[in-house]
Amino acid sequence: MKLHQSRTLFDKIWEAHVVERKAGFPDLFYIDRHFIHEVTSPQAFDGLKKRGVPVADVNRTIATCDHNVPTLNQHLPIQELLSRFQVEKLRENCKEFGIELYDLGHENQGIVHVIGPENGFTLPGTTIVCGDSHTSTHGALGTIAFGIGTSQVEQVLATQCLLLDKAKTMKIEINGILSKGVLSKDIILYIISQISASGGTGYFVEYCGSAIRSLSMEARMTICNMSIEMGARGGMIAPDQVTFDYIEGRPFAPKGEDWDKALAYWKTLPTDEGAEYDAEFVFDAAKIEPWITYGTNPGMGMGISHNIPKMAAGASDKDMVKALAYMALDAEQTLEGKKIDYVFIGSCTNSRIEDLRLVADFVKGKTKAENVNVWIVPGSNKVLVKAKAEGLDKVFESAGFQLRQPGCSACLGMNEDKVPAGKYCVSTSNRNFEGRQGPGARTFLASPLTAAIAAITGEITDVRKYL
Amino acid sequence: MKINTINSTAVPVRIDHIDTDQIIPARFLKATTREGFGDNLFRDWRYDKNNQPIDGFVLNDSTYSGEILVAGKNFGCGSSREHAAWAIADYGFKVVISSFFADIFKGNALNNFILPIQVSDELLNEIFDKIEANPKIAIKVDLPNQTLEVVGTDLKTTFEIDHYKKTCLTNGYDDIDYIISQREAVKAFEGKREFAYL
Repeated sequence: MKLHQSRTLFDKIWEAHVVERKAGFPDLFYIDRHFIHEVTSPQAFDGLKKRGVPVADVNRTIATCDHNVPTLNQHLPIQELLSRFQVEKLRENCKEFGIELYDLGHENQGIVHVIGPENGFTLPGTTIVCGDSHTSTHGALGTIAFGIGTSQVEQVLATQCLLLDKAKTMKIEINGILSKGVLSKDIILYIISQISASGGTGYFVEYCGSAIRSLSMEARMTICNMSIEMGARGGMIAPDQVTFDYIEGRPFAPKGEDWDKALAYWKTLPTDEGAEYDAEFVFDAAKIEPWITYGTNPGMGMGISHNIPKMAAGASDKDMVKALAYMALDAEQTLEGKKIDYVFIGSCTNSRIEDLRLVADFVKGKTKAENVNVWIVPGSNKVLVKAKAEGLDKVFESAGFQLRQPGCSACLGMNEDKVPAGKYCVSTSNRNFEGRQGPGARTFLASPLTAAIAAITGEITDVRKYL
Repeated sequence: MKINTINSTAVPVRIDHIDTDQIIPARFLKATTREGFGDNLFRDWRYDKNNQPIDGFVLNDSTYSGEILVAGKNFGCGSSREHAAWAIADYGFKVVISSFFADIFKGNALNNFILPIQVSDELLNEIFDKIEANPKIAIKVDLPNQTLEVVGTDLKTTFEIDHYKKTCLTNGYDDIDYIISQREAVKAFEGKREFAYL
């Protein structure tokens, strides 16, 4: 029986941010934190200038450059002219409108979705937007966080609000214990391959269940990060002790009495018993093995020990033929043993210190295969500093891995870090679309462990055989 | 800018799950204005690595032209880049017809006075068939009455659009004008909030 007062995590936070609700209109919805970067903001600032309006609240606006910055020699001027111009434009705009910018070289610089949680900007019960679809990452801390277009960036800059229709809610429950060698990246790739690349469209997802609860904060971020890859507006996880322990003491987290008050509120956020969702899925963690994609959307994935299927969820015969032709693969072939050319460990999905530790721990004493280029791109300067302090840089160096400077890098190839046409890359990023990592590049999405073993063997390998 | 009725031939891109990286690849996102993206619309399907048009891609086929783009399901998935909507508008499309749109793209389209029209999978297939059989066939879109018809055929349907967004499109309003007019309500909301960290 439905309890009238029962509400979901999403409902509680959404309703607390509705400024005004009128029949026939979308909700006027308040935004607590707005992250901006060089690529999706310049046209928004131009809009403000044309209208002659200031930024509504600079204290709620956090700027960094990440999308097209080089990952080598960041102390030098950016070589690529258009990238340099775009970063300079961000500097000018931040200066003109009074927004603090975490520029290249700043200790807080990094991928927006890494620096938000890391610095305590991302807090439970808040609303966060950014002109980037992977803003869903922040939902791991119990926030409503989602990507927006540049017109909306302009709206938030000008008013701190958006006009939005409330999304439907979806519950995805994963119970049980994960097998050895299976990471949170495998969980989300598995979910997307079950629900399809469009199955979450129109929904806000809440991930729950014992397998989710057992994950660290950073591992949870990987899950929420890829919510958009099934079309969902965002993903979220109810805050718990793991969340609170992660946040406490971070630079922008509340302190003292404010902390106590915030904590008491955050504890009221989890979904009430009996609350209803518009859609529900339940999965068994034991069924998840290291997962890898073979096609050109993130829903085209399979367990690494399997053969490429003839059909994928939500894909037509034509889609499969087109995808496999692009990847130069055949249905029913195995991927194990497939020679690869590049390994990319980075992106807002898997570039945090735990990812780097995991990879370093696994490759210690091993050396990369000769046929492979390996790039490790940390998510932020803080991650890089920590990695060096822990000696991970030495481990990577002796393995023949290149540890670079923070940015989005080869996830979308806006900077120099591109995978050449026809080459295969095992990537810890989030999208395997045609040309995503460079024109003609062929991407296999996988976990940091699967990427690490591929770097060592030079081919797609089931990491469980080496654990 | 306003949209009311559009009567035009259409360009069929019969591919499902067209993500925004295909609509406009990331390497073309470095411009700081909204103009000029149309030249790179569907860039890597349209041109080869030597910048020569690829035969067989519909935008390179002079048989097809018009202000209406018809595309397979889950159009605009992936990245939130509004550059995808700008590229479509800059190329000259005013309407996109598909059987399913990704959320962020749909919002971006509406904010740029591009009308996304969702039809059933069956109807979409029939529309594709009609255009491919006769590339000069016109499609008439009537936003005030929310109807779409393939002219001279029995293919006709109504479509859904949010009432507020329809008002914006037909009158040329944008969201910021409206939100700014609600400034007092926003101030009152901010005044009520309890937590210092917010």
